[in-house]
Amino acid sequence: MFAGFMANAWLAGTIVAIVAGVVGFFVVLRGAAFPAHAIPNGAFAGAAGANLIGLNPLVGLGVFSLAAALGIGTLGRRGRSDAVTALALVTMLALGAALLSQSTEYEPQIFSLLFGEILGVSTSQIIPVAILAVVCVTAIGLLYRRLLLTSLAPEIAAARGVRPQVVDTMFLIVLACSTTMTVPVVGAFLIFTLMIGPPAAARCFSDRPGPALGGSVVIALLTLWAAIACSYQTNWPVGFYVGVFSATWYGVGRAYLASRRGRDATTSLVRAPTASGSL
Amino acid sequence: MRFLFEPGFFSSAPVRTALVIGALAAVISAVVGVATVVRGQSFAGHALTDVATAGGSGAFFTGISPLVGFIGAGVFGAGAMDVIGMERLRSRDIATGIVLSVATGFAALFLFLDASKSATTGATQQILFGSIFTVNSSIVPFVIGLSVLTLIVMGLIYRPLLLSSLSGELASARGIKLRRVGLLFMLTLAIAVGVSSIAIGSVLSTALLIGPAATSLRLTTNMRNAISVSIALGVVATWLGVLLAYDSYYWFPSSRGLPVSFFIVALILLAYVVSGVPAIRRFAAQSAPGRRHMQLASRSVVAKRASEAT
Repeated sequence: MFAGFMANAWLAGTIVAIVAGVVGFFVVLRGAAFPAHAIPNGAFAGAAGANLIGLNPLVGLGVFSLAAALGIGTLGRRGRSDAVTALALVTMLALGAALLSQSTEYEPQIFSLLFGEILGVSTSQIIPVAILAVVCVTAIGLLYRRLLLTSLAPEIAAARGVRPQVVDTMFLIVLACSTTMTVPVVGAFLIFTLMIGPPAAARCFSDRPGPALGGSVVIALLTLWAAIACSYQTNWPVGFYVGVFSATWYGVGRAYLASRRGRDATTSLVRAPTASGSL
Repeated sequence: MRFLFEPGFFSSAPVRTALVIGALAAVISAVVGVATVVRGQSFAGHALTDVATAGGSGAFFTGISPLVGFIGAGVFGAGAMDVIGMERLRSRDIATGIVLSVATGFAALFLFLDASKSATTGATQQILFGSIFTVNSSIVPFVIGLSVLTLIVMGLIYRPLLLSSLSGELASARGIKLRRVGLLFMLTLAIAVGVSSIAIGSVLSTALLIGPAATSLRLTTNMRNAISVSIALGVVATWLGVLLAYDSYYWFPSSRGLPVSFFIVALILLAYVVSGVPAIRRFAAQSAPGRRHMQLASRSVVAKRASEAT
């Protein structure tokens, strides 16, 4: 399992899980699960198109995910943002279907773009992934306070002159960037799963942003490591294990929350109102 | 005429099936879609197509009827979302996301096992995109039956659903069980989405569910008008899309046509973009007969109900 050819899988998995844990924390906090699903899913059409005209799939992924992020960000302001996200997604998927219909060999490539091929990551693939990971985490670090403020205390954010729509669009661009790097490695579906289950579970364990963010990264790492190990042993796809494990984590988180609430109710009849700034 | 309809358009059996099935899917998607968009459940509406697709891939693997796989998985997924929590906006997002994660995990497994069991090419493509032209005509009676069922249930829950979407407090004051109406709607949505995914593919299912509804709701605030406009938009886009896709086989020398989903989605997107042009919206507002009257009427009904409630 720790043989030389697996080193790339562990390394790539670790990078992807850290980014998914960090970016996913804000996806859950901001209720941006639909864009987090739509951008990687639609962007795979860009990879298909790039393949068709002989470009690097990363270019196609980057162009499509950025276009999706900007489209959702700008059109979503004036309309219902979830309907706009759905329209952006189907537009990209339909374009992808049109591009695929013009080529003959697509089947294994579609499967790997959607479900990933983490066990077959090459060293040359890791370098762009690592660079984009650093970019994403740095961007989140720079936006950290503004992201928290606009998600948790919109009034305070407005009073301080933070423009929520600008923050929103910048966050979508970070999401697009993390998508571009992760889709070739783990696939469109898997990155979404890692951005939802672990952060949602982490939020059950802690009310405070710092520990919840840390927990999100730790749970994402544990989930992906365990999934890689199981996939190696059984030969079943990594995506299957990631889906089941993340949902299990969330279930554990909800159970913990329920048990703590039960205990609180018995020890103190009056529960202190949640302070502003906590989750 | 010949220029518009390439030879054999009307005599081709797959085209006829596509026109009928497509129109049917467009109608139920429009009816359910308006409520979906108003309630802000577009994500769930889309996620259920992926859940249904996962069921379809499972059915493909185990050899049970795909109809059972699509509808069964969709209904199960909708129930699971409701259990996790569909009432509040934030938990709704997570509930949908978690169910979608598990479903795509299983889709990955089933597609992998399918591929290792038999060398059927095109399974992934077929299951993920679907095609209106390859629909098996033996499922047409089931599709019609389930569509009728969906329309009946929507008719029954229409008023309480609408009221609970617009004002939850008012609805519960009137004795409407919000949770039960919400669950009933989710199950109806699952069936409608399952039917349209199996009939026209998952991409078109979401496109026809959200696109026409979002477009019509930009043009009118009256629910009945919105549903009529959505149905018209959906059916026209579907038929025109089928026609263009059929014709497109003759456009390129490679005689490799473009997929029907591409044309239908392009038309739906065009309609949505056009409906956002201010001049068009003003025109729609002026030309809708009785719109103002009906809106005022509905507003006074709400006011009356509010006074009854207090």
